Amino acid sequence: MNNAATAHASGAPGRGEIPILSLVNITKKFPGVVALNKVSFDVRAGEVHALLGENGAGKSTLMKVLAGKHKPNGGQILLEGEEKVFETPKQAKKSGIVLIHQEQSLVPEMSVAENIFLGSLPKKWGNRVDWKTLHRDSTEILDRLKCSFSSKDMVSDLSIAKKQMVEIARALVFTPKVVVFDEPTASLTDHEKPVLYDIINTLREQGVGIVYISHRMDEIFHLSQRISVLRDGEYNGTVNTADTSEDEVTKLMIGRSLELDHASKPKDFGENMLELRNLTVNGVFEDVSFTIRKGEIVGMYGLVGAGRSEVAETIFGLRKPSGGEILLDGKVESIRSSHDAVVEGIALVPEDRKDQGLILGMNCRDNMTLAGLNTVSSKGFMKAAAEKRVYDKYQQAMKIKTPSWRQKVGNLSGGNQQKIVIGKWLHTHPKLLILDEPTRGIDVGSKAEIHALIKELARTGYAVLVISSEMPEVLGVSNRIVAMYDGRVTAEFDGDAVSEDVLVQAITGQVVASADAPVDRPVA
Amino acid sequence: MIDMKRFMSGGAAIQPIWVFVIAITIFFSVMSDYFLSLGNLTNILVQTSTIGLIALGMTYVMINGNIDLSVGATLGLAASLSVGLQDYGLTLAVLAAIATGVALGALNGLLVWKTGVNAFIVTLGAMIGVRGLIFVYTEEQSFYASNFAFSDFGASTIGPIPVLAIIFLLCTLVMHLVLKKTGHGRNTFAVGGNPEAALDAGIRIGRNMMINFMIVGFFAALAGVLLATQMGASTPNLGRDYELWTITAVVLGGTKLTGGYGSITGTLGGVLAIGILRNGMNMMQVPAFYVLVILGVILISVLIIDQQINVKSSKGVQA
Repeated sequence: MNNAATAHASGAPGRGEIPILSLVNITKKFPGVVALNKVSFDVRAGEVHALLGENGAGKSTLMKVLAGKHKPNGGQILLEGEEKVFETPKQAKKSGIVLIHQEQSLVPEMSVAENIFLGSLPKKWGNRVDWKTLHRDSTEILDRLKCSFSSKDMVSDLSIAKKQMVEIARALVFTPKVVVFDEPTASLTDHEKPVLYDIINTLREQGVGIVYISHRMDEIFHLSQRISVLRDGEYNGTVNTADTSEDEVTKLMIGRSLELDHASKPKDFGENMLELRNLTVNGVFEDVSFTIRKGEIVGMYGLVGAGRSEVAETIFGLRKPSGGEILLDGKVESIRSSHDAVVEGIALVPEDRKDQGLILGMNCRDNMTLAGLNTVSSKGFMKAAAEKRVYDKYQQAMKIKTPSWRQKVGNLSGGNQQKIVIGKWLHTHPKLLILDEPTRGIDVGSKAEIHALIKELARTGYAVLVISSEMPEVLGVSNRIVAMYDGRVTAEFDGDAVSEDVLVQAITGQVVASADAPVDRPVA
Repeated sequence: MIDMKRFMSGGAAIQPIWVFVIAITIFFSVMSDYFLSLGNLTNILVQTSTIGLIALGMTYVMINGNIDLSVGATLGLAASLSVGLQDYGLTLAVLAAIATGVALGALNGLLVWKTGVNAFIVTLGAMIGVRGLIFVYTEEQSFYASNFAFSDFGASTIGPIPVLAIIFLLCTLVMHLVLKKTGHGRNTFAVGGNPEAALDAGIRIGRNMMINFMIVGFFAALAGVLLATQMGASTPNLGRDYELWTITAVVLGGTKLTGGYGSITGTLGGVLAIGILRNGMNMMQVPAFYVLVILGVILISVLIIDQQINVKSSKGVQA
């Protein structure tokens, strides 16, 4: 480590200052990209060391090098002072380095114990499974993690959070020295997170070195002792969590700080572009009414499961309304399919970009032009030059980082993938742009860029609906905010004037308003 | 060293199946004096044109993430109709045969689209049912072409090149262009790559799949008619196992069973590989049963190698 900030980092509790693991000057090159340039990073026994960086900064690559999935082009890995070269992930695991993935790899139809010891089930009498030992050892591990479920439970019966615990339990079979958590809370609810925090703290107290990768500042400040920041594949400093602030860390990440910026919101609105009148899908949501004007950004705020995405899907023709009307540009429209919606000028940037928004195996250009092939073809035949023009235009306008248009979108970072999904719609010139959780899983820098982009689009005349469960996002971009709770619109607010606690009340059912008399209507 | 990523994606670089085709061509040219003659090469094209034509349509269906097991039966039915209906006029017989193929394809597509039942199951049912229809129609009889123009066509040539070979190559070219250069082709990849995302982009995925089933139905029927012209006859068992040979050729050509990937150039390579191996081994007087054993081994080997290359190349770039 060559940064002054790290030289005498104190305040990390636990087992002293000697790192259990050091990565020294790691360099990793891919064709056309230097993903890591002489990055150094260390973890001490008994500490949580958070690793931060924008998408594409190289966090995942660094961890893959550590876990033996990528071979570095240069640099050293020192485990307890000893140099290691990992040829395969298995070797890394055997040495005590474990990666807990975002994606889970459990067998749902097996018991917790079988999953924990999958591949190394204890045996007796030749090849018979020793169930007694299996459940005893599993219970021991589950106890270490203070888990509330039994080793005999079926994995398919467990919640996502508990499944993640099984995943962690599985890691403990190998008595790990270092455990890497890569965005572990991405699929957890707020309610489930403390359980994970407890486990991480338990591991830490047992002397395990923890690397914690996340975008969420609150988690990082809650859990970690030190924070290291990567930027564009380079090491950009380490700070003690106790001595720093979110602002400082954000600046390290992106070189600027973020604040709410009401002034930059669009100001000039035209006629109603979208009007929902008592839109209902039986059993999902009912009596949803609101309007969006040309040039206006309406935020739809609510908890997961409040029916927000379902409203969007209904407008986009993916669900059949059982009652109510959708008016576009003042006319009642019946939209029976997503194809109809696209023809009518509605665009939907879906919640899950990998599953719904992108064809991961296709290249950047083909994904970008997918929703508007008729604009880049004539008589059914694609015009390669027109396609390239469209791609270049939006690639430059949105600063999408990719080595070439031939790159498969599956290889891009989350922020860049999302920009491709947005670009896919922009060239169809929609009248109404719906964005469902536009910045989920996206780093702070790309987030700010996407927010700026949304405002810019509204200013050029788009009617925009932003669905989000992040309060700063809703407050930061919306002219008006529609709050939903349990399938109903509970209130409508002026986006510049509403206070955070009122908003929270509206989405947790503390304000109950009938749909025909929404409270706090903004002055038009 | 060749760029493996481009190599696999069917981009500008040469596809692995073509390396294999060139290798076996060289091998058999060395082993047999007659192999590299124009007569034998056009012969291979004619022999492979039946499987080849179906494989063109099958490539689309498989890129869509579907499969069609009923093509062999469709071929058989079309062949029987094109011969059996000749009393009503040759043109009508051929048109009826082709229309039947397209209609069966449409039915398959409609069932897959509207019911959501897996294409494997739907077309497995169609394979059994359509074969049954052949027996109902033919009453287990073979038909012989009464119209000589029909059987002459199968043996006709333009210059030194057999007409059947020309038809196959022309269809290959057209199907390649449609897949690469049209919106329908692009949507075919999108639907197979990620149906949800395709739906979200406003693509009519059901329609796209149905069209592709109709295309493969068309080609199965066309192949049946052309095969009947070659034989001057049709038998009720015609086309058995052809679905398997077709799928083999398509998969050899790099199209993935999971959908989203594939190319007509690869399929052409796969078709030729099978044709050349059969023809070459024949020439070296390898007994027919051993030919099957060797083909099976080669199929699996090629796919293993293909997968190895894929695993390596997919490790390429990760941000």
